Amino acid sequence: MVPIEDTLTALLRAANDGDARAYRAFLETLGRQLRAFFRNRLSSRPDAVEDLVQETLFAVHVQRHTWDPERPLRAWVLAIARYKLVDSMRLHGRRDALHEPLDDDSEWLASSSHADAHEARRDLERLLGDLPERQRAPIVHMKLQGLSVVETAELTGMSESAVKVGVHRGLKALTARLRGAGR
Amino acid sequence: MKDPTVRTMNGAIATDALIARLAQDAAPVRPAAIGARFALALVLALPLTTILMAAVPGFGLRPDLSAVLSGSPDLPKHLFTLAMLAAAWFACTRLARPGASLRGVSGAVGLPVAAMLALAVAALVTAAPQARAALLLGETWTSCAASIALLSLPAFAGAIVAMRGLAPTRLGLAGAAAGLFAGAAGAAVFALHCTEAAAPFVAVWYLLGMAVPTAAGALAGPRLLRW
Repeated sequence: MVPIEDTLTALLRAANDGDARAYRAFLETLGRQLRAFFRNRLSSRPDAVEDLVQETLFAVHVQRHTWDPERPLRAWVLAIARYKLVDSMRLHGRRDALHEPLDDDSEWLASSSHADAHEARRDLERLLGDLPERQRAPIVHMKLQGLSVVETAELTGMSESAVKVGVHRGLKALTARLRGAGR
Repeated sequence: MKDPTVRTMNGAIATDALIARLAQDAAPVRPAAIGARFALALVLALPLTTILMAAVPGFGLRPDLSAVLSGSPDLPKHLFTLAMLAAAWFACTRLARPGASLRGVSGAVGLPVAAMLALAVAALVTAAPQARAALLLGETWTSCAASIALLSLPAFAGAIVAMRGLAPTRLGLAGAAAGLFAGAAGAAVFALHCTEAAAPFVAVWYLLGMAVPTAAGALAGPRLLRW
């Protein structure tokens, strides 16, 4: 609020002398400043921003006789804005605390992604189970466990070319099956 | 302080409407005479305090009051209560205004307290050991602090009303300042009744008496002064 402070100060001085146009300009400029101020501090509750802008403007209006024209306007306005912000946070904090504590929220997200992964693994296993063994085993070892062709050949007792053919045909079959399921 | 006609609308459009309406109220505004408001609260409270003192049995001005005021050993007591009253008044004027600097407030309050405590310690140290209990307890220690707290009630109400008409943003501190203002007013009036003069007595029981409304103000401030 630094660069506009001088403008705002001049406008409010004029307004307090009874200049209605200056007062309107003061409130409009201040409103924009306040909107930015509350937006930065209420990223989690954007819907509360405009309420606070209005409440603070109204408070500034009612309390404008408590501004000492010899003192910086910035400190006075900021004190009112912060007071309204803290007041609102206290009210909402109390209500939110009953419904969605932060810790529970993150825990819920964690368990949910865990459940999703579990379900995806079960789907994959069911699909793979439908493949013949000479396709299923190479895919499991190479694509899921990350082994090389040589390692897979050793583990399964298949030839290296049979492993490659198995992966290739198996993935093709899986793709075809997923397309069929999607249709 | 919420305006129902505006609260029913939403968003920036409502803000524009609010601005348009508030701008219509533009009128010459005189800066609040904050100090005068608290002084007025005190002036209005004092008659009540005096009536309170006269109504309670055993209270009332001490008969030798004129002798007391023309210079006597308990001059420090009166200076102390008046200095506390001035310091609390200063604190109230600062805390009633959003964003006002609090520089000097703790010094203003702390100085008379420190001075009174220093006098008390000096009196205790220089006294004979068997005389120290009498210096601390006097003859009325059981009632002194409670009397000051009782006599502070009218000024407490006045200071809270004055504060509510202004815009404190630190409600606990503002309540404490209003409470101290009331406590000091109660103590200043009580000092005209009380015949104790020993510095240790004043330092302990007067301070305790002032601490009661101060603590009450600090606790009740967030409720009483919200706006």
